[in-house]
Amino acid sequence: MRIPHLSAPLRATGAATAAVLALGLLAACGGGDDDAGGGGKTITYWASNQGADLSVDRKVLAPEIAKFEQQTGIKVKWEVVPWTDLLKRILGAATSGQGPDVLNIGNTWSASLQATGALQEWDDATFAKIGGRERFLPSALGSTGAQGKPPAAVPLYSLAYGLYYNKKRFADAGIKKPPATWSELVEVSRKLTTGGKYGLAVEGANNAENAHHAFVFTKQHGGDFFDAAGKPTLDSPQAVAGVKQYVDFLASQKIAAPGNAEYVQNETIRDVATGKAAMMVWQAAGRALQERGMKPDEYGVAPVPVQSGAPGSGANVNSIVAGINIAVFKNTRNLDGALKFVQFMTGDAEQKALNTAYGSMPPVKAVSEDPSFGTPEQAVLRKTLAESAAPMPQVPNESQFEELVGTAMKKLFADAAAGRQVTEETVRQRLTEAQQQMPK
Amino acid sequence: MPETRRSPTAPPRSFVWTRRVVLTLLTVFTGLPIYVMVTSSLKPLREVAGEFRWIPHGLTVRPYVDIWRTIPLGRYFANSLIVAGTATACSVVVALFAAYAVSRYRFRGRRAFTVSVLATQMFPGILFLLPLFLLFVNIGNTTGVMLYGSRTGLILTYLTFSLPFSIWMLVGYFDSIPRDLDQAAMVDGCGPVGALFRVVIPAAVPGIVAVAIYAFMTAWSEVLFASVMTDDRTRTVSVGLQSYATLNDVYWNQVMAASLVVSVPVVAGFLLLQRYLVAGLTAGAVK
Amino acid sequence: MTTTTTPSGVRRDGPGSAPPPRRRRFRLPDRIRRGGLPYLFLLPALLLELLVHIGPMLVGILMSFKELTQFYIRDWGRAPWVGLDNFRLTVDVNAPVGAALLRSFAVTCAFTVLAVGLSWLLGAAAAILTQDSFRGRGWLRALFLTPYALPAYASVIVWAFMFQHDNGLVNHVVHDQLGLTGQRPFWLIGDNSFVALVTVSVWRTWPFAFLILTAGLQNIPRDLYEASAIDGAGVWRQIRAITLPSLAPINQVLVLVLFLWTFNDFNVPYVLFGKSAPEAGDLIAVHIYQSSFVTWNFGTGSAMSVLLLLFLLLVTAVYLPVTAKWRGRDA
Repeated sequence: MRIPHLSAPLRATGAATAAVLALGLLAACGGGDDDAGGGGKTITYWASNQGADLSVDRKVLAPEIAKFEQQTGIKVKWEVVPWTDLLKRILGAATSGQGPDVLNIGNTWSASLQATGALQEWDDATFAKIGGRERFLPSALGSTGAQGKPPAAVPLYSLAYGLYYNKKRFADAGIKKPPATWSELVEVSRKLTTGGKYGLAVEGANNAENAHHAFVFTKQHGGDFFDAAGKPTLDSPQAVAGVKQYVDFLASQKIAAPGNAEYVQNETIRDVATGKAAMMVWQAAGRALQERGMKPDEYGVAPVPVQSGAPGSGANVNSIVAGINIAVFKNTRNLDGALKFVQFMTGDAEQKALNTAYGSMPPVKAVSEDPSFGTPEQAVLRKTLAESAAPMPQVPNESQFEELVGTAMKKLFADAAAGRQVTEETVRQRLTEAQQQMPK
Repeated sequence: MPETRRSPTAPPRSFVWTRRVVLTLLTVFTGLPIYVMVTSSLKPLREVAGEFRWIPHGLTVRPYVDIWRTIPLGRYFANSLIVAGTATACSVVVALFAAYAVSRYRFRGRRAFTVSVLATQMFPGILFLLPLFLLFVNIGNTTGVMLYGSRTGLILTYLTFSLPFSIWMLVGYFDSIPRDLDQAAMVDGCGPVGALFRVVIPAAVPGIVAVAIYAFMTAWSEVLFASVMTDDRTRTVSVGLQSYATLNDVYWNQVMAASLVVSVPVVAGFLLLQRYLVAGLTAGAVK
Repeated sequence: MTTTTTPSGVRRDGPGSAPPPRRRRFRLPDRIRRGGLPYLFLLPALLLELLVHIGPMLVGILMSFKELTQFYIRDWGRAPWVGLDNFRLTVDVNAPVGAALLRSFAVTCAFTVLAVGLSWLLGAAAAILTQDSFRGRGWLRALFLTPYALPAYASVIVWAFMFQHDNGLVNHVVHDQLGLTGQRPFWLIGDNSFVALVTVSVWRTWPFAFLILTAGLQNIPRDLYEASAIDGAGVWRQIRAITLPSLAPINQVLVLVLFLWTFNDFNVPYVLFGKSAPEAGDLIAVHIYQSSFVTWNFGTGSAMSVLLLLFLLLVTAVYLPVTAKWRGRDA
C-alpha cells in the first residue's frame, strides 16, 4: 500500500493546513450558538440562586418568564448562575463588554460593580420607566450604590437578619422568651450550653457572614468601617470591640461550639434544626429550617439582640439591609427590552409571587404591606428592614472590605477554636493587617 | 505485555512481607475515600450530614435518582464528554505533528519552541483567564466566531493545556523509534507525512494512547476556566458538580453519587486502555 | 526532556535528499521545502499556544505594570501605567501584602517538596512492588489508578467531607476510635490544614507517578536482572543497582512535571478551603486568586504571577542541566 501521488512537501503542507482548517471549522460550527442575538426581540437574563437548589429556581422562574414573553413578545434567554460562578462571570462580562442584558447581583456588591461602570445608571428618567423610585422602600434603595450617585441597580428581593431559635430547646431549658440584648443572649445561652449542645451557632469560616456581623457589632459600638470620606477604618477601637464581642461567643463565652470555627456550608442552620444549637442569627432562614425538617411552629423568630434598649437606628442597628438587586448591563443592545423586564420583575404581581416563592421580603412598598407577607417571621423581618437595618458600606472597595475583615475573623475563630487566647490585642492585630491590605 | 520477572527464583521473605505491608497501607489510603464516596452516596441526606458511621443505617438509592433532577447532570456530562473528547483528539493530532518535527528535524528555533512551550506551564492559569476571555470576545466581535460561552472556546483552551506535555512525551517516544525505519519508508517513496503515518505512528500507538488519556483527564477535571467560559447550556460536569452545594445546603449524598456516576465510564475506559498505557508511557521519556 | 535529549540521528533535510522516483505536479520553492517543513508541522501547535497561552500570558505581563482595579477593568487601555509599583508592593516584605506573599511562597515551597516527594515515593514503591506478578495485582493497579480518573472537584470534596471537625471520618478514627488526641483536631482551619493539603494532594497525584513509573519498569531489559541474579545479587540489591538507576530518565521528566503541577495547584486548596485559605494552607495560586479576583486588583495579582513565572523558569533552568548531568552519569 503506497500513496506516492502528491509531492511530499505538498502533502505535508496539506496536512498541516488541514489541521489548522479543521480547528477553524471546529471553531465555526462547534458551539453552534448564536449568542450575539441581542436584537430587538431577545434579552439575556442571569438569575441568582434563591431557592433551595438550582432546580427550584428554574421551577419558580420558568412560568413567570413565560408570562413576560407572552405579554411583551420579547424572548428571554435565561439561566440561573450558581453563586460560586456569578461574580467571576460578571467580571468576565464587565471586562469584555459581552454579558447579559439583565442580571441579579448581591446588593452588597452594588457600589463595587457601580465603580466598574458596567451597569446602567438608574437616574430619575430611567426609574420613571419602571414606575418611579418612590415605589421602593427607602431602606432597600440605600443598598443600590454609592450615595450621591444614581443607583446602579434596583432592589428585587429584600432580606434581613433575625434571631432564630429552636422552641423545643428553649422549652426544655425553661426559657420563656427570646433574648433582646446580647447580655441576655449570653445568659440564656449558658443555660442552653450543656451536654454537647450549645446556645448559639455561628458560621465562623464564612467571610460574608462574618463581615455582616462585624459591621452590625461595630455599629452597635458606635463605630463604622469607613469614615465620611470613604476611607477604610477597619481597626478603629469600636471595630475591635465589636469584632471581639462577636468572636467571644466562641472564644471566651464558649456558648458556641469550637467546631463552628470551620462552618462555611450553612452547618449553622443544620445545628439549629437538629437542636445541637438553640439559636442563630441568620437572614430569612425559615424556609431553610423547614427544608431541614422543622415545622413552622418548631422555630421562633425574634429581632436580633442589641446592646441595650430596643432595635432602632444608630447604635441600635441590628441587621444589614440584605438582599438581591436586579441590574441592567450597560452594554445591552436592547435597553428597552431590558427595562421592560426589570419593570416586570419589580411589578406588584411578580414581586408578590417571587418573594413568596423564595421566602424573601418585597422591597416594593405596595406589596410589602400585603397581608400575605404576614407570618410572624415576616413581621419581624419587615420591622427590622423598616426601622433598624443599615446598608453595608456603599463604597467601591466593599468587596475587599468583606473579604479582608471576614478572613481576619475566620482566623480569629480558628485561633479561639485551637484554644489560643483572643484578646483585644490579637483582634486589633488582625484588623490592622486587613486595614493595611485595603487599596489606598 | 510481557512480564518482567526480576529473577527466576522466588523473592525472599523480607521482600514479600514488605510488599504485603506497603501495598495494604496504600490500599487503605487509596480506598478509604472511595469507600466513603460509595457509602455516602447511599445514605439519606440527614444521615450523611450527621456523625460519620462506617456502616450506613438507612440505605437508599434516592440520591441516584435525584442527581438528575437537581441539576441537568445529563447535559453537563454530555458537554464534558464532547469537550474532553474533541480536545483530546485535536491535541493528539497537533502534538503528533509538532513532536515529529522536533524529534526528526534540526531547525532553528527548535530549542526556543520547546522551552517556551514548557514555560506556558508555569504561568498561573488564573492570570490569563481574563485576557483569554477578552481575546475570545474580541475574536467573536470581529470574526463572528463565538468562542466564549461555547464548547469550542473550551475545547481550544483545553487542547492547549495538554499540548506541551503531550508534545514532550511524544518527542521522547519518537526519539526511541529507530530512524532507519522512517528512512526506509522514505526510500520506498513515502514523504515525511507518509513516514509519520505509516511508520512512526503505528510504532507509537501505546505512547499516543498515553498522551490521549493524559489530555482527556486534563480537560475532564478543569474547573476554573470552565466556570467563566461556559453558560448553563455548555457547562461541564466538573463545574456542574459544584451546584450540589446550594444556597442553604450541601447535598453531600448527591455530590458523591453524581461524582461516582460520571466517573464510572471514565474509570472503565481507563482500565480498558491500561494495557496500552502501561506499555506506552514506557518509551515516553526513556531514550 | 526534548531539549536535552540529543537524538543520535544525522541532520536531516527532509525527503529532498532521496532521489524522487516520481513525477511532481507541484513544487514548493526549495528553500521552503527544505527548511520550512518542520515549521509547517509546528504551525498548528504554535498558533494554538500563541492564541491561548502566550498571547494572554504577555497581556498578563503587561497587566503587571498597570493599575488594574475595578475602576478600569471595563477598558484596560484606560488603566494608568504604574511602572514597577505593583512589583514594589509585592516584594516589600515589611508591608502586609509582601509579607503575606512571602509566607504563601514559603508554604507553597514546603508543600511542593513534601507532596512531590511523597507522591514519587508512593508511586515508586507501588510500581516496584507490583513489578512481579502476584494474585490480585490487576485489581490493585485498577484501584491505585482510580483517584486519577475522578474529577478534581469530586476527589477534593470527599476529603473535605472526611476532614470535618465534628462529623468527619478522620476525627472519628483519630479521636473517637483510636483516642490519639485529647480533643478533636481541626483539619480545615489552623495549622493542621497544611497536613490536610499535603494528604489530599498526594492522594490525587501519586497514581500518576505510579502509572509513569510502572511504565518505566517495563522497559528495563530482563537480562540485566538475570545476569545480576547469576552474580548472586538479591532483590534489594537489584532494586538499588538496576531498577532505580534505570528509572533516572523517567524520573527527570516526572519530577519536573509533578513539581510544576503541584506548585501551581489551584483546585485542591480552593475546593478544600474556599477562597480564603488558612495561613498554613495558603498556596500561591489561591493567594494570587485572592489578590486579584477577590479583591479586584489584577495589577498586583499579575505582578505576583510574573515573579512566580521567573522563579519557576529559574528552577527549571537549574534543574534541567543538573539532572541531565546525573542522567549522563547514571545511564
